[in-house]
Amino acid sequence: MAKTIIPIGPYHPLQEEAEFFQLHVEGEKVVGIDVSIGYNHRGIEKISESLTFDQVPYLVERVCGICSTSHPLAYVQAVEEIGGIQVPERALYLRTIIAEMERLHSHLLWAGLAGHFLGYNTVWMWAWKYREPVLDVLEAVTGNRQNYAFMKVGGIRRDFEKEDIFRIDQILDELKPKIDLLTGAVMDDPVLHARVKGVGILKPEDAYSFGAVGPTARASGIKIDVRRDEPYAAYDRVEWDVITDPAGDVFARVKVRLLELYESVKIIRQCLRDLPGGEISARVKEIPPGEGIGRVEAPRGECFHYVCSDGTNRPVRHKIRAPSYVNVPTCQVTVPGETISDATIILASVDPCYSCTERMQVVDKEKGTTLSGKDLVRLSQEKTALLIKGGHR
Amino acid sequence: MSITLKALQKSPWVFHLNTGACNNCDIEILNCLTPKFDLERFGVKLVGSIRHADCLLVTGPVTRKAAPRLKTLYEQAPRPCLVVACGTCAISGGIFKDGYNICGPVDKIVPVDAYIPGCPPKPEAYILGIVKLLEKLGQ
Amino acid sequence: MLDPITRFRERFWKTMVKFDQRSAKRIYIEFRPIDVPEAVRYLTSTLRARFVIMSGVDIPEGIELLYHLSFDGFGKIVTLRTRVNKDSPQIESIAPIIEAASWIEREIAELLGVEFIGHPHPGRLLLAEDWLEGCYPLRSERHKP
Repeated sequence: MAKTIIPIGPYHPLQEEAEFFQLHVEGEKVVGIDVSIGYNHRGIEKISESLTFDQVPYLVERVCGICSTSHPLAYVQAVEEIGGIQVPERALYLRTIIAEMERLHSHLLWAGLAGHFLGYNTVWMWAWKYREPVLDVLEAVTGNRQNYAFMKVGGIRRDFEKEDIFRIDQILDELKPKIDLLTGAVMDDPVLHARVKGVGILKPEDAYSFGAVGPTARASGIKIDVRRDEPYAAYDRVEWDVITDPAGDVFARVKVRLLELYESVKIIRQCLRDLPGGEISARVKEIPPGEGIGRVEAPRGECFHYVCSDGTNRPVRHKIRAPSYVNVPTCQVTVPGETISDATIILASVDPCYSCTERMQVVDKEKGTTLSGKDLVRLSQEKTALLIKGGHR
Repeated sequence: MSITLKALQKSPWVFHLNTGACNNCDIEILNCLTPKFDLERFGVKLVGSIRHADCLLVTGPVTRKAAPRLKTLYEQAPRPCLVVACGTCAISGGIFKDGYNICGPVDKIVPVDAYIPGCPPKPEAYILGIVKLLEKLGQ
Repeated sequence: MLDPITRFRERFWKTMVKFDQRSAKRIYIEFRPIDVPEAVRYLTSTLRARFVIMSGVDIPEGIELLYHLSFDGFGKIVTLRTRVNKDSPQIESIAPIIEAASWIEREIAELLGVEFIGHPHPGRLLLAEDWLEGCYPLRSERHKP
């Protein structure tokens, strides 16, 4: 059968790293995929070299809007490693709380989008509605809905008030039954099972060779989590589990993320209970020459920062590795062999900050027909509708 | 007032383009469509193709690879096409303005009708921006 | 089981230029460029270290390449360090050994101008199609196109 090339992109509407996918298809089946990136390349690593150590957190929280705690946290940990700075206990706990709040809102956001791509727009609207209170409380305690400017070298910038703790507790109480509802709906829905189970399987061996991290790797049965492997902030002082699933398919990735919501709630509750008093920031003198590495488990996986200092007030080199950088290439093994209508959800399932579907385009060279991103989402949604009619329910 | 303008005022369809933003502005645009803010009550609808759109929402500081695409999209848009620069990066380049790969801000590449400031602009700011834009159209 | 770092040290003590353990979690090992692929192969295929990322630094003596690998079970990061000549920076590609290195080698090639010999899919990754050849933004003597 003749091969057809389907370009997807280059624009993801909502991507930290916009990508351009080209699907090679034979009929309905995808036989190959090419990825090219760079549409969002802003040269952050170079800009970072022109800013002082104190200014860089503002820059790196704008690497990715959704991970706007993880990047500054990884960066300040790298600088603290160079300077040998001891961060006060209270700051460590508050960092943990903010990082987990971020995971809550990020996973909810993803769950909503995954629902949208599968034709469950209700899930989208609901998940995003439940996400709002989390953002509200983040705004109340940090001053902004995103880009919190919370981390600084040696500690944090703002302290929590008594009512903040009460407020977070209240939000968690309200959120818990909603997560139950969402998880229950996903776990029990036979159509959803038929749609995503066994689709886009990432074998552990492939996950390893692509260096996949975060929920993508954990859904392939690889038990890695920076929070456990190299505990930072207060993660070694609280009880929680690393969620894994051996299946490696899209369903496993959905499941891992949903179950992680519970772990986040658990971690925040313990931190609020054990929150010590005292200082929130250490006194930082000059940063000596040297190099440091900071690692943080962002909602999407390990976030890696390498900072090199020469004793001046600016970093000489600042290398940033966002989790999507290693998770996105895994589509080279997960997408081929599947149908076009499944490609959207597989690409979305690694949570590349967002899926690219709104800008997907299918060009059938022989027939000269063009399908837009909307058509692709429609294809995906129609498949779900067919399954519903097919008596799965 | 022409009938097109009048119709446009009732229901502007928007197309959204990320030219290198960090995602926040884009998520807030989507957030505007969810139940809490619900921009659709003003007739605003997010569409999948620029050829269906009346209004182009641009976020991000315009990277070198994105600039020619932004220009092409603007040329493809049906007239009248309103361009809204959303967020600090789109307005001035923001923290990225000195980057080696930045061509922006947006108004250097295409003419801009409205600016919505903020990093990221809150959904309330988006709503205000859209309402002001519609008022401006009415005059 | 023996600590992987000890095993690595025993195997490569001859070719190692410098071994520097900064803390329990951070190990920096210096190699000559020619010995790097073998070390990476041993780390990834025998010791099962996860390839994290590479970074390149433009220093006065040349271009320094750092290969960061992680032993997740032990919480350790091993960084292999090597230095290539600035006039004709060349090193053997490790992308055939470990797939995860494919993108980052292309990125370093265009941002720092290091040539990776034997890379399976060389070519532009990040910069625009009309970017000037021979202009590398992360080099310190950078000039704008």
